[in-house]
Amino acid sequence: MISKQDQETFSLDALRNGDRAEFARVVEAYSPMIYRLGLKMLNNPQDAEDILQETFIKAYRNIGKFDGRSNISTWLYRIGTNEALMSIRRKRPEAISFENPVAHESEPQEPLQIVDWCCLPEEEFLTAEGRARLDEAAARLPANLRVVFILRDIEGLSTRETAQVLDISEMAVKTRLSRARLRLREDLTEYFGQLVEEE
Amino acid sequence: MHRHEECRQLLNSLSDYVDGDLQQELCDEIELHMKDCENCRIVVDTLSKTVSLYQTSADPATVPDDVRERLYHSLNLDEFLKL
Repeated sequence: MISKQDQETFSLDALRNGDRAEFARVVEAYSPMIYRLGLKMLNNPQDAEDILQETFIKAYRNIGKFDGRSNISTWLYRIGTNEALMSIRRKRPEAISFENPVAHESEPQEPLQIVDWCCLPEEEFLTAEGRARLDEAAARLPANLRVVFILRDIEGLSTRETAQVLDISEMAVKTRLSRARLRLREDLTEYFGQLVEEE
Repeated sequence: MHRHEECRQLLNSLSDYVDGDLQQELCDEIELHMKDCENCRIVVDTLSKTVSLYQTSADPATVPDDVRERLYHSLNLDEFLKL
């Protein structure tokens, strides 16, 4: 997704020289993705708006330090995820330990629920309740897994881009994504599995 | 499932398998294993469905007009706000 958005090019020189019109173009292009990131990370529109504003205020202040080695979108995602993680840390300090490796990273959670719910009619997945369950399951993920899942599976970043945004190794991205997905599968099996049994 | 070492090893590769990022040799191994292991087949299918549900149901990225207005205002960029 980054590569698609970066087809729109910006003049780094103009941005560094404080060209407000050029910065407004950056805001126009990338505010939707930062707002969605905030919504998915914090599950609250007001918090998402705070993240959105803080991200672009910091970007504007620090654009002179942006060296252009990464894409502008990667840089904005990095500021946005830091803001989101700091917000979560302020609200629930115990909920996050992003700097530390996930405990037992090499050992994925083993599946506990074995129900084949893929056979459900497609419309069952698209009901308001079904979509709400998807959101709830993602919100239950620990923040350090949730952020990787959102960047990879919602925002569509590659493994390498996600590693750059979070400043972790590609292997750590893969491990955390795998754990997040297995947890989500487990969570969704509780709901969709029940629908299968009711049919 | 817990008793089978092969199933446990498979778990480490499932996410990459779902993404199509696994070497062919490992894909073949997983597919061979799934022929004889119904539980693993179900886990792979439901994991794949989980990922595709999130990827396809993601809301389009948009900023509500009032939020956008306040953003431009906070950045002192009101003159560039095109509604």
